[in-house]
Amino acid sequence: MTWETVIGLEIHVQLATKSKLFSGAAIGFGAPPNSQACAIDLALPGVLPVLNAAAVSMAIKFGLAVGAQIARETIFARKNYFYPDLPKGYQISQLEAPIVGPGHIDIELANGAQKRIGITRAHLEEDAGKSLHEEFEQYTGIDLNRAGTALIEVVSEPDMRSASEAIAYLRKIHSLVRYLQICDGNMQEGSFRCDANVSIRRPGAELGTRTELKNLNSFRFIERAINFEVERQIDVIESGGSVIQQTRLYDPDKHETRPMRSKEEAHDYRYFPDPDLLPVLVTQASIEALRTELPELPDAKRERFKQAYELSQDDAHQLTSSRAHADYFELAASTSGHPKLTANWMTGELAAALNRSNTDIVDAPVQAQRLGLMVARIADDTISGKIAKQLFEIMWSDERPVDALIDAQGLRQVSDSSAIVGFVDAVIAAHPAQVQQLRDGNTKVIGFLVGQVMKSSGGKANPKHVNQMLRTRIEEQTS
Amino acid sequence: MHNRTIASLATGLQTGEFSATELCRHFLARIDACNDTLNCVITTTAEGALEAAQASDDRRANNAALGELDGIPLLHKDVFCTAGVRTTCGSKMLANFVSPYDATVVERLHQRGAVMLGKTNMDEFAMGSTNEHSYFGPARNPWNTEHVPGGSSGGSASAVAAGFAAFATGTDTGGSIRQPAAFCGVTGLKPTYGRVSRYGMVAFASSLDQGGVFARSAADVAPALNAIAGFDPRDSSSSQHPTDDYAANLAQDLRGLRIGVVREHFSDGLDSEVADCVHAAAATLREAGATLVNISLNETALTVPTYYVIALAEASSNLSRFDGARYGHRADNPQSLEDMYERSRSEGFGDEVKRRIMLGTYALSAGYYDAYYGKAQQLRRLITEDFARAFTDVDLILAPTTPAPAFRLGELVDDPVNMYLSDIYTCAINLAGLPALSMPAGQSASGLPIGAQLIGAHFQESRLLNVAHAFQCRTQHHLAAPDTGAYAEISR
Repeated sequence: MTWETVIGLEIHVQLATKSKLFSGAAIGFGAPPNSQACAIDLALPGVLPVLNAAAVSMAIKFGLAVGAQIARETIFARKNYFYPDLPKGYQISQLEAPIVGPGHIDIELANGAQKRIGITRAHLEEDAGKSLHEEFEQYTGIDLNRAGTALIEVVSEPDMRSASEAIAYLRKIHSLVRYLQICDGNMQEGSFRCDANVSIRRPGAELGTRTELKNLNSFRFIERAINFEVERQIDVIESGGSVIQQTRLYDPDKHETRPMRSKEEAHDYRYFPDPDLLPVLVTQASIEALRTELPELPDAKRERFKQAYELSQDDAHQLTSSRAHADYFELAASTSGHPKLTANWMTGELAAALNRSNTDIVDAPVQAQRLGLMVARIADDTISGKIAKQLFEIMWSDERPVDALIDAQGLRQVSDSSAIVGFVDAVIAAHPAQVQQLRDGNTKVIGFLVGQVMKSSGGKANPKHVNQMLRTRIEEQTS
Repeated sequence: MHNRTIASLATGLQTGEFSATELCRHFLARIDACNDTLNCVITTTAEGALEAAQASDDRRANNAALGELDGIPLLHKDVFCTAGVRTTCGSKMLANFVSPYDATVVERLHQRGAVMLGKTNMDEFAMGSTNEHSYFGPARNPWNTEHVPGGSSGGSASAVAAGFAAFATGTDTGGSIRQPAAFCGVTGLKPTYGRVSRYGMVAFASSLDQGGVFARSAADVAPALNAIAGFDPRDSSSSQHPTDDYAANLAQDLRGLRIGVVREHFSDGLDSEVADCVHAAAATLREAGATLVNISLNETALTVPTYYVIALAEASSNLSRFDGARYGHRADNPQSLEDMYERSRSEGFGDEVKRRIMLGTYALSAGYYDAYYGKAQQLRRLITEDFARAFTDVDLILAPTTPAPAFRLGELVDDPVNMYLSDIYTCAINLAGLPALSMPAGQSASGLPIGAQLIGAHFQESRLLNVAHAFQCRTQHHLAAPDTGAYAEISR
């Protein structure tokens, strides 16, 4: 009998606001501990929260981008628990009337089909600080720089059926929040975090008991953690046991999940509406104003790329994976005037080079206009495609203009007949057998002969011209 | 000098009858002489006060006085944060806590030139009706030191009655300004919820807490309210409703005004002397031109339990920040995180605060939320609607402030339920967010003050002060002062 995996994700998206959700303290990763925590973040006696309007706007933009209902009246609630990095003893979050209601997003499956994943809700909440257990002997250090940072928690429906679907969904949300410029998406720094709810069941049966996986801070770990957990649950059930609803931590070093101590999760959060914050009223006019600010979203951009540039589904998908990729492509393509060839170069050489040097496209040493110019030089026969690969390597480390490099490196393709004819005649003379085969009607052998001419010209001869000239010269000699 | 009105003190300063420094020294001497007995001031800030008074004198010498309150001495309830001066909330938990910032109320009075003499005693975290629940010992009633001054702002009420300052700030969550005002024979105003910023006021119950003022008369409350009222961007619950000039409208005629008296208030639980005083006040207001109307408030019987469920639920969460981690009391040598929390909070909080945290935690816990907190919120709406209905018929309501005059010290220490029930006439006003004041309306046969309460519709502070002023123009109750001679040590 087979098992069906059921996955739902809770994603914490750190909003790219200048200040915190309820205080004016600045936000920035890596500042000295407690240098970005004001009286409100420290929960000094008497302080009060004041909502950051920019965070609300960002949450609404997210909601609009996933086709969700936006609450016209949204309420903040206190989630009560004691922990040293939670200064107030409660987190200001949302329970009832979250800012973003039900929505959805479409993911692409491995077989190319689309699947719709439901988004249950997304709510605004403040982040906690950090507890540093390692640095201080016998003590725990508390850094409240992160305390109060604005997050949206995006809760999905349990609509995913495999780890790879979960990753596809996660990547889609990751791409979306960066398109919207509401999050920097940095998983290492914790700006984009994910918890996974995982259960298994017989196909068609009721939902099984789920476990919640925490501590998932890279796409790779998330996939591995889910796969491990699915195997573990299958083992438990098939050996006659039952899955216990619990929170489990993923340990990437040991590649296993293990339960958190039950004390850590035995919480009654005693949610109640925060009396320090009045319900927030969102007008239709403000929603519409934010809608007009939305950028072109990934799905729309992909479809436009397919239509306008005649790109394949795969290329369009890859080139719209981030706003930076899409912007790079559009600039490079308009510079070259040859979108398809530009796309090939981006998904081929550029992608490989970025990967090799572990560089983000925004920091690529070859920027969009230079790549576009290079592609233009291929298209106008200034250089050959083969030489272009050589040129691209040079451009990666040499900032000089494309045309200057072509000349300096002597890469210009030789299309001048008088320059090529010598190479051609020499090859004809050196390979009589192949020439005879060609005369006998074996046209395939032309490739070999062209190759020989290219070789002797150092790759600079224009292969189209070489091909043409070989045929002409052989015919001339025959007649 | 300590029994003069603010207007008369301001005139004295203006004409050079005395300087702000002399005024300050006079009041500091009063505190010095009587505080050992009354214990209504926790922290005296003599040095800072004299500096502030000197600054006020300098301004006046330069024709740059800041207005009526410039140079006028006041005391702050120790629930308001004061930069550089400890803010204890009457608790061991904060006995050594020094705030880095001023509460908005403190800041605004400072900007008007008022001179802070110190911080007043209070029930711990404003939880109590007797001032006996203070880590710093009970404050006493200056009219009879065997009696309590009321609470939680007992120190402020007692201090104003004893002439320690021209006025004092307080906070009122379920009656904590009005009840001690009634017990000590002074005028105390709790403004509309949102009228005065809560920023820097250590929270008890956020949806009910409101800062206000004690003074010897409505005419003295008005300039202080002018200073502290108004929107504050640091408090999301503060109101943008425009403020009035509260001192300008005191003298309005009462003719045509309809004042309601609530039938349900005059039931078995009400002391007959208090009832007599309220009826006498009604008669005085009728003579002043107002029309007295009998009205009903249906939900009166439910107000105390509704109030305590909401107040304690909010308190249980508000007091979570006192965990020993960042400031306040921390137990010695904690063995673990749980140990630090448990012992710091067990040692730092008094019994009444612990009782309220436990009750509030219970009311919010899984499985009980709907039955307690949820139900209380529904009742709160009904109570609010009840008042709204009443105010379609009358302009304001006259009521007792308390069921009886001041308790004896120790009388209710072990009887929290009866202490809670004594909030019967005051806590509904907080649930509805309305403004109300208590004014002296007579004395018991035993010589204890009795207060009468005026309740207005939202933002009707001007009207309340106007009616109280009209009452005080026709009566002498607010002019009576306790004889502090018996216990004042004239040590200087």
